Amino acid sequence: MTAELAEPASKIELPAHIGGGGEIPSFDVTLRVRRYNPEVSEDATWDDFKVTMYGTDRVLDALHKIKWEMDGSVSFRRSCAHGVCGSDAMRINGRNRLACKTLLKDLDTSKPITVEPIKGLPVEKDLIVDMEPFFQSFREVMPFLINRGHEPTKERLQSAEDRERFDDTTKCILCAACTSSCPVFWTDGQYFGPAAIVNAHRFIFDSRDDAGDMRLEILNDKEGVWRCRTTFNCTEACPRGIQVTQAIAEVKQAILSRKI
Amino acid sequence: MSATEIQSPRSAKAPAAKVGSNRIAPQYRRNGSSKGNFEMLAWLFMRLSGVVLVVLIFGHLFVNLLVGEGIHAIDFGFVAGKWADPFWQIWDLAMLWLAMLHGTNGVRTIINDYAEKDATRLWLKIVLYAATTVIIILGTLVIFTFDPCPVVNGVQLPGGFCPAP
Ligand code: SF4
Ligand code: FES
Repeated sequence: MTAELAEPASKIELPAHIGGGGEIPSFDVTLRVRRYNPEVSEDATWDDFKVTMYGTDRVLDALHKIKWEMDGSVSFRRSCAHGVCGSDAMRINGRNRLACKTLLKDLDTSKPITVEPIKGLPVEKDLIVDMEPFFQSFREVMPFLINRGHEPTKERLQSAEDRERFDDTTKCILCAACTSSCPVFWTDGQYFGPAAIVNAHRFIFDSRDDAGDMRLEILNDKEGVWRCRTTFNCTEACPRGIQVTQAIAEVKQAILSRKI
Repeated sequence: MSATEIQSPRSAKAPAAKVGSNRIAPQYRRNGSSKGNFEMLAWLFMRLSGVVLVVLIFGHLFVNLLVGEGIHAIDFGFVAGKWADPFWQIWDLAMLWLAMLHGTNGVRTIINDYAEKDATRLWLKIVLYAATTVIIILGTLVIFTFDPCPVVNGVQLPGGFCPAP
């Protein structure tokens, strides 16, 4: 089975100047992939792969082609391949992105495209990192509805305005692109990180939730929101376009107005 | 356990913390939660002192460099004259303390962000706090004990601002 069969390139209309007569243009591109296999060597190396790709292909398709046709040992995570599951965040040309949402034609294909694992988390193999520290922080903010009232007999209703209040932070897919782009997290991995704060924000500002105070107390920690230096790396990295830095600022405000 | 006693997984008592912490690499483990609002107050202090310092420093520069003869008026006598006035004593004291604490907290933050080992952090902070303490105490003493006409061993030191003895 070839890569084309498994992942058929979609026949979308492209303007004539990109390709002839609706054909999908193809081009050669080099992927420079960061390789690490602790069973072989403690040192990470770069491997170059030259592949012929199409205008509709994403970095993930190039990785598939490499894994399926050239070197089966190249390891990376992916699941949905459509920007929904958050498993394939990686550092592409030095920026955290989802491989499945990054079109090759949007990158500079004249130079090798570097693909590295996200920074700040322990690398397990090639592009796969240990996500456990990231999820631990996520669990610590209690990302679930806590309601102290009586169990309702039907759904918990909420006004459109109340729902709008935290709409932005409901979009998170836990890809870790934000946390692993944060220089404060890189230092020692102690900071809760933007993703945990985004997911706390989602419940703190939910009118149906009663445990906002507990979450604010958790994030008032010395490794909590006050370690944020408003670098905006997280906002820039988020593939879902969440205003991450703003969400962190709102949590800071909420802690302040509760304490003072 | 009533519903109000839900424990966050990070509290040491919660069994989930133990399960979780075995699975995460040791260098990522946080040692318990920190109590108190120190980081919040430090954050707030940086914002408030920053605003006040803008007023104090620009006021200082304006009075010293632009008013009257401006920069040409600055000499020992000018400074002595200012510190004879309690208003400027308080102004300069506030500027000294706020600037030192603001700067120290800023450097503390940088140390926290960039030093990777706890021992390095500790030593850098000891040096930082020692330097801050010395400068604040010395500066405060200068502002309040400043004497424009010091007399040493019965002899007036040269200067020419003081009434002849
Ligand atoms: S906030 Fe954005 S970048 Fe961060 S984990 Fe969620 S989706 Fe990914
Ligand atoms: S593979 Fe699911 S988000 Fe990219």
